[in-house]
Amino acid sequence: MEPVPILKIGDVLLVSIQVDLQDQTVMALQEDLAERVVGTGARGVIIDITAVDIVDSFIGRMFATIAAMSRLMDAETVVVGMRPAVAITLVELGLSLGGVRTALDLEEGMRLLNAGPPGAGSTMAGGL
Amino acid sequence: MTVPPGDEMPIASNDDVVRVRQLVRSAAAAVGLSLVDQTKIVTAASELARNTYAHGGGGTMRVERATGERGRPGVRVVFTDDGPGIADVDQALSEGWTSGTGLGLGLSGARRLSDEFSLRSEVGKGTTVTVAKWLR
Repeated sequence: MEPVPILKIGDVLLVSIQVDLQDQTVMALQEDLAERVVGTGARGVIIDITAVDIVDSFIGRMFATIAAMSRLMDAETVVVGMRPAVAITLVELGLSLGGVRTALDLEEGMRLLNAGPPGAGSTMAGGL
Repeated sequence: MTVPPGDEMPIASNDDVVRVRQLVRSAAAAVGLSLVDQTKIVTAASELARNTYAHGGGGTMRVERATGERGRPGVRVVFTDDGPGIADVDQALSEGWTSGTGLGLGLSGARRLSDEFSLRSEVGKGTTVTVAKWLR
């Protein structure tokens, strides 16, 4: 399977999920992103899931892992483009994306990253 | 009782989890489930397919049109494996995904997303999980 392309916009890395990801692709993406964050000194990662129609706990864990990894390397992660049906399902699934920030679209995501990391009042649930 | 025509497929690899989603999606759409309900049952199926593959050692999935209580049409999806089985079903159903076993959220999440949920498991023999979603 083709690796997921990682684009660089200034000091933000953009990943656009277009296809159903297999286990190996997810592992490769997490590693590629980690290397690129360090290599470029990126301060933000945007994961665009506009094209994603199903987010299960496996994919949710991927977001959480990417967010945690990036935070260790001083970068914030924002997931953008979540479809309403996906959002509703995630709530009912009970998947708390507590530490993963979201925004409506790419523009809002960039705005969120420019505003800086979450304030002292926010908490990180579990490993998220 | 005749079994309504449905689709059955093996779950033996990662690719099959994707195929499960596609099959359940088209069955749910064909029955007329709303987009949100389609998303819920497909997500539930994705969780269960992953469990079947990762914990059950592989198995099969069957999706079929069915009729629920009050005669509402819908889809029923059955996951079967001959794997190790689940020793403590109550515990497995109450786990959240932070437990780390991986089984937790899959089962409890699938139950939350479905209108009907049933699980039969015998240690050393295998597990059968059935979920269904009905037209509102």
